[in-house]
Amino acid sequence: MSASPSSSSCHGCPVAALPVGAHHRVVGLVGPPNSGKSTLFNRLTGLRQKVANYPGVTVEERRGRARLDGDTEVVLIDLPGVYSLTPRSEDERVTRDVLAGEMAGQQRPDAILLILDSTNLKRHLVLAAPVLALGLPTLVVLNMADELESRGGSVDPAALAEQLGAPVALVSASKGDGIETVLDFLNGAVGVPRALDLPTLADVPKCRQWAVRVGDGAGYAAPAPPVWTRRLDAVFLHPVAGPIVFLAVVVAVFQTIFSAARPVMDLVDAGVRASGAWVGSLLPASALRSLLVEGIWGGVGSVLVFLPQILILFLFIGLLEDSGYLARAALIADRTMRKAGLQGKSFLPLLSAYACAVPAVLASRTIENKRDRIATILIAPFMTCSARLPVYTLIIAAFIPERPLVGPFLGTRAAAMLGLYVLGFLAAFGTARLLKSSVLKSDGSPFLLEMPPYRRPTLRQVLLRMYDRSKIFLRRAGTVILGVAVVLWVLAHLPLSAGQMPQVSNSVAGTLGRALEPLVRPLGFDWKIAIGLVTSLAAREVIVGTLGTLYGMDHAAGTAGLQAALRHDLTPGGAVALLVFFAFAMQCLSTVAVVRRETNGWRWPAVQFAYMTLLAYSGALVANRVVTLLLG
Amino acid sequence: MRIVLNKSDRRAGLPAPETLADLLAGESGVLTDMDLPEPDARRLMELGFLPGSVIVAARSAPGGDPRVYRVEGTEFALRGETAKHIRLDASSVVRAAEEGR
Repeated sequence: MSASPSSSSCHGCPVAALPVGAHHRVVGLVGPPNSGKSTLFNRLTGLRQKVANYPGVTVEERRGRARLDGDTEVVLIDLPGVYSLTPRSEDERVTRDVLAGEMAGQQRPDAILLILDSTNLKRHLVLAAPVLALGLPTLVVLNMADELESRGGSVDPAALAEQLGAPVALVSASKGDGIETVLDFLNGAVGVPRALDLPTLADVPKCRQWAVRVGDGAGYAAPAPPVWTRRLDAVFLHPVAGPIVFLAVVVAVFQTIFSAARPVMDLVDAGVRASGAWVGSLLPASALRSLLVEGIWGGVGSVLVFLPQILILFLFIGLLEDSGYLARAALIADRTMRKAGLQGKSFLPLLSAYACAVPAVLASRTIENKRDRIATILIAPFMTCSARLPVYTLIIAAFIPERPLVGPFLGTRAAAMLGLYVLGFLAAFGTARLLKSSVLKSDGSPFLLEMPPYRRPTLRQVLLRMYDRSKIFLRRAGTVILGVAVVLWVLAHLPLSAGQMPQVSNSVAGTLGRALEPLVRPLGFDWKIAIGLVTSLAAREVIVGTLGTLYGMDHAAGTAGLQAALRHDLTPGGAVALLVFFAFAMQCLSTVAVVRRETNGWRWPAVQFAYMTLLAYSGALVANRVVTLLLG
Repeated sequence: MRIVLNKSDRRAGLPAPETLADLLAGESGVLTDMDLPEPDARRLMELGFLPGSVIVAARSAPGGDPRVYRVEGTEFALRGETAKHIRLDASSVVRAAEEGR
């Protein structure tokens, strides 16, 4: 029997139409990780999908609609990948609860697509026992049929259907071969699984023996080992070449999200400004115009400007994950990350955080272990993101004279900048150690990383991922950031006096800044800096513009005047304190919004914000005292 | 005969392998039992780490930890701290084919 994608109806099993009620039929996609479940989901639904979190947990719920013959549609749920239905991890609990109809607010699926990797059939068949035991109409999809064939393996779907008492389809989700059988199943003609003599589900060795027997009965011939994977691993996991390739990948990702995204981000920024100016020119000067242009347009712009970085980062993540290299990179990084109490998979999000914490938090999705994922999310904003650079540049230029430090290679200013990067890294490292030895202490479950064979990433998959990540970001984070931007605008532009908007210093934000002055005085800050700290809650770099406004500087006048004004108002101790404050503080509502979304609640972002602000305050206090003491 | 010599050369000075963590790259052994909490042992069994299975030690991260282990054609990376709790039948340990490294 050749392994060419073909289908088989289940000989001898009863065929019944799916109940067509008032509601859309719901079909759950179940399968082990790396079975190509999401590829099939994307193949069937295309862009007709939405991603949300299951209520109360951080597990992602992906739903989509597949269009069938006529105008009928069926709702597909891409359930978290599981090795078994024993509820051990949060993912497995969600999958089990949804399938058992015990997930609140979630209708029990009417049918199941069980997706198994045909190149790993004997191991993956173990999952068939508990899934078939649920008694729901099930189509067993043997995926990666093309790879099975090219590596010389084979299986007889008809014989397997006979063994399992359920219909079997041999498909290649990435190529689209054999998809018709899946569509036929979704269209309604389905076999209700015959009652099988299933093994005791609690007894893993028995399940395993059952799977082997079923596989043998279906004439399963395992494919030859993946030759190319062995060859590539000989390079990528080579004791010397491996780390070099790893570093090259790290540098390429870092360089691209850090600098190559810059021109695109500037372009987006310019576009937002230009369209804002155009809208502004259509309206008479009024509070409404200011709200629209500075508040809403500015707020939306502050979100849109991250989009290029997010797209580029998810292009990389897509390529790395789909090709199989991400697992190797996680393996290489594990030893280093372990020193911080984390694991290999944390490295990519933390690397991305050097560009921006927002995509980094989104990237933490690749970490299955919940505690490690939350710890990674919590420390990501300590990494020196690009929004800190305008602040660092301004203060360093104002207070640190440029002198060569190590010959022509390192000047004092570059050294100061480097020091701030190190400071952020140390804060992240220390916080990770603290978290992982207390509230987020590992549950002791072993580090287990599947090494999938290398595969060629498909454009379709990568683009779909970029599309749905950016959609999530724009919609969810966008709404919160927009709201906050409007609130901050109101704070900075009210109360009206005689129908006129006040100077920033007389606004609610200004009053708040003055009220805060006693609090920040020990750090060496005056009321102007305090206002800047309030407005920069929206985004760190906002403080530069605010200070410019407060000192009466026009944006166009450049920063030379602002530097002089700062030197006049800030002591060197206060300047260092300000740098330290920005290194530690979570002055970024985009990040707060994204952390709220990704952790599904206000608890973690609140803890994170409080912790980082406290650390920033005490760090700045110490810095001010020490520098003043040293220089005094 | 040559294979046996190779094996003893490689293992010179090393104690007989008792757990997965003792395997050198390219060696294989038959799993006997696991000294791990029940849920962890169960998870590993679901992945194919069953008593009687032949496990091949493959490549590793620089420094040898974590290491990739191959079982029934699939590869999983485990840390040494886990691998040292997975016991082998010492008499079953052999050098696998060179390709298997």
